[in-house]
Amino acid sequence: MKRKARILEADEIHRALVRMAHEILEHNRGAADLALIGVHTRGVPLAGRLAAQIASLEGSAPPVGQLDITLYRDDLSEIATQPVLHRTEVPFDVATKHLVLVDDVLYTGRTSRAALDALIDLGRPRSIQLAILVDRGHRELPIRADYVGKNLPTSRNEVVKVRLYEVDGGEDQVELWERP
Amino acid sequence: MPRTAITGLRREAGGSPHTLYLEGPTILGWDLDLEVSATWDGRGGLALPAFTDPHVHLRDPGQPHKETLRSGLAAAAAGGYGTVVSMPNTLPATDQPEAVLSLRVRADALGLCRLIPAAALTLGQEGRVLSDASLLAEAGAALLTDDGRTNEDGGLLRYGLQAAKAAGLLVAVHAEDASLRRGGVMHEGQVSERLGLPGNPAAAETARIARDLEICALTGARLHLQHLSAARSVELVRAAKRAGLPVTCEVTPHHLTLTDTSLLQLDAVYKVAPPLRTEADRQALLAGLRDGTIDCLASDHAPHSPAEKEQDLLAAPFGIANLELVFPLLYSELVLKGAASLEQLTGWLTSGPRKVLGLPECTLEAGQPADLVVMDLASERPVDPERLRTQAKLGPWNGRQLRGWPALTLYQGRVVHG
Amino acid sequence: MRDLLDFAGWSKPDAEDLFATADVMAEVLRRPVKRVPALQGFTVCTAFFENSTRTRTSFELAARRMSADVVSFAAGTSSLAKGESLRDTVETLVAMGVDLIVVRHSASGAAHLVRRFAGVPVINGGDGARAHPTQALLDAYTLRAHWGELSGKRVVILGDVLHSRVARSNLELLPLLGAKVVLCGPANLLPQSLSGPNLEVSPDLDSALDGADAVMALRVQRERLEGGLGVSLPEYAARYQLNRSRLDRAGPRALLLHPGPMNRDVEISSDLAGDPRSCVLEQVHAGLAIRMAVLYHLLVGKKERAA
Repeated sequence: MKRKARILEADEIHRALVRMAHEILEHNRGAADLALIGVHTRGVPLAGRLAAQIASLEGSAPPVGQLDITLYRDDLSEIATQPVLHRTEVPFDVATKHLVLVDDVLYTGRTSRAALDALIDLGRPRSIQLAILVDRGHRELPIRADYVGKNLPTSRNEVVKVRLYEVDGGEDQVELWERP
Repeated sequence: MPRTAITGLRREAGGSPHTLYLEGPTILGWDLDLEVSATWDGRGGLALPAFTDPHVHLRDPGQPHKETLRSGLAAAAAGGYGTVVSMPNTLPATDQPEAVLSLRVRADALGLCRLIPAAALTLGQEGRVLSDASLLAEAGAALLTDDGRTNEDGGLLRYGLQAAKAAGLLVAVHAEDASLRRGGVMHEGQVSERLGLPGNPAAAETARIARDLEICALTGARLHLQHLSAARSVELVRAAKRAGLPVTCEVTPHHLTLTDTSLLQLDAVYKVAPPLRTEADRQALLAGLRDGTIDCLASDHAPHSPAEKEQDLLAAPFGIANLELVFPLLYSELVLKGAASLEQLTGWLTSGPRKVLGLPECTLEAGQPADLVVMDLASERPVDPERLRTQAKLGPWNGRQLRGWPALTLYQGRVVHG
Repeated sequence: MRDLLDFAGWSKPDAEDLFATADVMAEVLRRPVKRVPALQGFTVCTAFFENSTRTRTSFELAARRMSADVVSFAAGTSSLAKGESLRDTVETLVAMGVDLIVVRHSASGAAHLVRRFAGVPVINGGDGARAHPTQALLDAYTLRAHWGELSGKRVVILGDVLHSRVARSNLELLPLLGAKVVLCGPANLLPQSLSGPNLEVSPDLDSALDGADAVMALRVQRERLEGGLGVSLPEYAARYQLNRSRLDRAGPRALLLHPGPMNRDVEISSDLAGDPRSCVLEQVHAGLAIRMAVLYHLLVGKKERAA
């Protein structure tokens, strides 16, 4: 694979998250009954960062959970390598909450579909919204994000690589790579 | 009688090629330069007198899904055997003179290998009523035995030995104490306890051998102990022979080459009676063979159908079919690995068993029967079950690369294998 | 992991991986909707040639919790009674398209035999006196939930060790995880020559219990005690039955395990019913999570890559 372009630098990622935090608060008219759920792997630190932003604006952080959607994937009977399972930890009752599902990249929409199914199995939330750092298009399901850090038109043979210091170490960045 | 010749034969490993001349079923002599009606090419193979096996199961009559005279004797020919002794655990048991005669006549008609049937020591091998030793001897029985079963009634064995002695017959015993063996399906020890399989302790064999040696001493009759499996058994026989008892014994190729750790594969092809025991037992059996305590090899060829051997270890029957593999297996595992010489191995397959059975020794000299095998000591190939003549295609050595295959077997001057 | 027949070739990390997956499954089992779609499209077959309602139910529920289709094959009502061989039975099941077979059989080694003919993953649900690996995994998982780490712990396995597949699988797995296993029971129900690292055999219950961190009481079949092996039911109860005062010898924090179903007043005294040290129901719960984890490990990601 070869690298094509740097899409976002660390400070741009930070500014995008600040803006998304504002939008979430505006849309939900504050942080009451709000909870964030990060999708493994990079959605988890992004949810934490959004919660911290919301806390700095509102004074208190919304509860944060983490969700592993592997058991809800629709391709488990077809894949040749076994995904490692991560813990799902949602330490609050989802039934009373407006949930914001957080992930790094929105592409076909299949991960978000799986996440929606998983969330609904945890209870009956009042609403579910979707926050995405990079929306690269090519949806295969009728899913759209409510909050987007960056809209990035891509082709299918390109790969969006998100690097976050909590998971990957080093500097935050988003890059576009191309498959041969 | 037609005269034939086999060219390109070696009389010892590495020797120069010679030609052996035959007339009908008899050897005329070496390098005679005579007119012959047919010639075979020995291709530089080693000529040996055909082997003798004191212990095979041919399952005929009664269990044609396991083996028949035809398939079993064809396997014997392919293994280089010229004489085999079939066990009487047939259906019905071979306990009547007519049954012995019938087997001999049928085998003669096949012309593949000489069959000397063993007859049952007791009627139906049920251990209750002795069979007619003198009449069975007259019919040509090789020996008397209840092999396949054990001799639980020591008193009956005593009278059986006395009657056999009077009739000039040998008695062979499968020496295992059934009450100590219980339901054991493998050697009792670390491996059986790890696998949770019922164990058969070595003491089942040694306790029975100790009893039978006492009965042998009591009667002075010729006793042959079949298929020794335990180190302690060798010690008991060594002491008995030193004391002058008329006892002989045999060992199988599988007890010389396999141990109970094979059962870790949980495959019933390794289920055999007596069971494969430990490496120490295996070494003691080899030592016993080398020092003459053990008189000969016996295949204990015990064919079962693939469906029978594909069952679980409790349900599958005991027995390994190996008649075609004895020489290549032991040549590869013992001779090539330095545990025995080629001369020792051939002795254990020819003069050893013939002495036990009271048969004249065979050589490849003029006037001797033209029963011989030509060994290609250089030939190396994997055991291919599809090439085996026995019907028992599942065995421990399938796929194993072995060296030293019989290239040509002649029985009564005719090529029966090759 | 292609099959789960026993613990041959296993290392501690293999068990830890499975336990980590079982943790995820345990969380699923705590949800309002105790079901995930992970094994949609897979068919799991339980082929029980020996009865065991509990084990079969646990495997089937585990498979259903993951949305697999489940078919069960019971020898009693099947063609086996008509003389069909194990091989033909297994090949027939595979031809029907099952993706995994859980086998239970009365003969040690039968699970290996099934694997030879199956061509699909096989889980040993108990074969003869040889192995019952998911039971040992759920036992270890239960202990791990209490202790975090099994290293240095002393676990007494008590009863008819000789005929127990549960004991055999535990004495393979627990030492692998660093625990010391003490086998205890009447002399004729103990192995005579078994030895290994972290393994001790003792016919004396009191000394075995001293300093024990957990006691696993095995099911003792009355038929064994009536089988002339020199130990009667009264003698067994007097010498080896686990009761409150004996468990007290191990201590107030000792854990009590039993693979079930329990013969009360045979291997275990009624005065231990409801004892806070008993983990029996936790074991049942752990069994579901472990079996879900095993199914996940054996089925997901095993699709052959297109050539």
